[in-house]
Amino acid sequence: MSSRRVARAGLRLRTERLLEVAIEVVIRLCGVSAILFVVAIFLFIFREGKDFVLDSLKPGEFFLSPEWYPDSVEHKRYGTLALVAGTASVTILAMLIAVPFGLGAAIYVAEFSSGRTREVLKVVIELLAAIPSVVWGFIGMLILNPLIIQLFDAPVGLNVLNGALILALMSVPVIVSIGEDALKAVPDSYREAAEALGATRWQVVYRVLLPAARSGLLAAVLLGVGRAIGETMAVLMSTGHAVKIPTSPLDSVRTLTATIAAELGEAPRGSEHYRALFTIGMLLFVITFVVNLTADLVIKGVRRR
Amino acid sequence: MKATAIALILVAAGCGKPRQGAGGGGGGGANERVMIQNKGSDTMVNLAQAWAEGYRAVKPNVGVAISGGGSGTGIAALINGTVDIANASRDLEPREADLAKKNTGKDPVRHVVALDAIAVIVHPSNPLAEIALAQVACIYGADGTCAKWSDLNVEVPACSGQEIVRASRQNNSGTYHYFREVVLGKKDFRLGSRDMNGSKEVTDLVAHTPCAIGYTGLGYLTPGVKALCIAAEPGKPCSQPTKQSAISGEYAIARDLYMYTLGPPQGTVRGYLDWILSEAGQAAVEQAGYIPVPRERRGK
Repeated sequence: MSSRRVARAGLRLRTERLLEVAIEVVIRLCGVSAILFVVAIFLFIFREGKDFVLDSLKPGEFFLSPEWYPDSVEHKRYGTLALVAGTASVTILAMLIAVPFGLGAAIYVAEFSSGRTREVLKVVIELLAAIPSVVWGFIGMLILNPLIIQLFDAPVGLNVLNGALILALMSVPVIVSIGEDALKAVPDSYREAAEALGATRWQVVYRVLLPAARSGLLAAVLLGVGRAIGETMAVLMSTGHAVKIPTSPLDSVRTLTATIAAELGEAPRGSEHYRALFTIGMLLFVITFVVNLTADLVIKGVRRR
Repeated sequence: MKATAIALILVAAGCGKPRQGAGGGGGGGANERVMIQNKGSDTMVNLAQAWAEGYRAVKPNVGVAISGGGSGTGIAALINGTVDIANASRDLEPREADLAKKNTGKDPVRHVVALDAIAVIVHPSNPLAEIALAQVACIYGADGTCAKWSDLNVEVPACSGQEIVRASRQNNSGTYHYFREVVLGKKDFRLGSRDMNGSKEVTDLVAHTPCAIGYTGLGYLTPGVKALCIAAEPGKPCSQPTKQSAISGEYAIARDLYMYTLGPPQGTVRGYLDWILSEAGQAAVEQAGYIPVPRERRGK
């Protein structure tokens, strides 16, 4: 009787162990699959674009000419300068708007608000992140467009400013949630020490917390930048989609992502235009990779400390 | 905005297993459901939808799945053999016809299903009433020099700065290709135009922007925009985009709208195309704001 119980217990132990091993394998596969997917995506983009890079790419034209004429009858040209300028201008202006707001909100949520206010704020800010980008695009087209025309006396409201406002709203949640974590990670002893020295709350934030959390905050900003560069639908709808190097925030522009989204459906598979679009994809991949890598390294810097 | 462009409208709901319309042969029982895949021109997407709905009343067991995306998108799908009918507001280029033949082994066949006139539109507050094609080219063309409304000798009251805001279409649009061919003489567009995703967006932008000019199919004219009277040459009498002026050829930028099939249409697809060219089908054309194909041209 007792020996049977022992045997049963042993069996249960063995099945549990087997289950554990199986779960471990599955989890490991999930982790590795992320790497596999990234590598596969890169290989795919590279395969589709490589013929353009090897055969028809004129680096001078591709990087330095603003003339994007992929379907010209007379003379096809693939200059991406205006598109890069479009992406850069929208992203930079978006960050100029989003960083003060995002960091301000992060500081308020982490340090000044408490109880119910904090909970409500966190939920609402995270809700901002859940709004689909096409809805943001609609807001840009239907609400911001006439507003910008009225306020700035602009000829048209679909422009850098419009796209930047939309992107700012989209990247604020990223900046807030990561920035808040970074501020939370600063040990309470820092705050207590500063307060013991007679610092006001503002001085604590400005002189102690911000420097202590600086790498975490920088990472928050960089992830916001990554979000802004990669965004497609919202900027396609709100920037006016005009190939032009902007000279003011009220100029319309076209971004790299929007160009791919708008033109890939039309470009026949394997054509030069199709491959040029994949080359733009490579360019974007490299840009976002660099931004994310920088953010990663910065976050690692925080942990080491 | 994408709503019309991507929305896949499955007309008719019913039971039974959908079957591809391609491959012809009427075969199968009377209750079997047949799907026709139809894709392409954004100009024609509302019209295609009207046809599909009308045809549902005639043949309830035939469903037509419609998506827009632009003529180029539809033609690309035809080349890849993924649609039964491609809608196009421009001719197939020889290169595309070759590709289709190479990929599918069949020659694309063109069917004229409606006529359309391209209206050049401005904001209602714009005092401009008529324009010559050369002036339109001066505004849109790569070597054009018209950047301000004052270059056309008009002053738009609500437009401070008088800058002409050009609304154009993305290059997957048949309207874009047609406009480039006929108005710009195959030369390039000048960069910096606002390239909209659909005809409706062009109309919307122009309706809300006093400085703007745009071009769009007749079906997308709304009371919110003003269509200009087009003169083929400066000094010649101009004509408004209407049914009569388009059919008579008096209006300079009128065109045919096409449906393409791979090889001569068979079975279900053929039934659908025949119905489109019937009185009932052409009545839907008129209702959607386009111009029916004149009777003498319906045969071929």
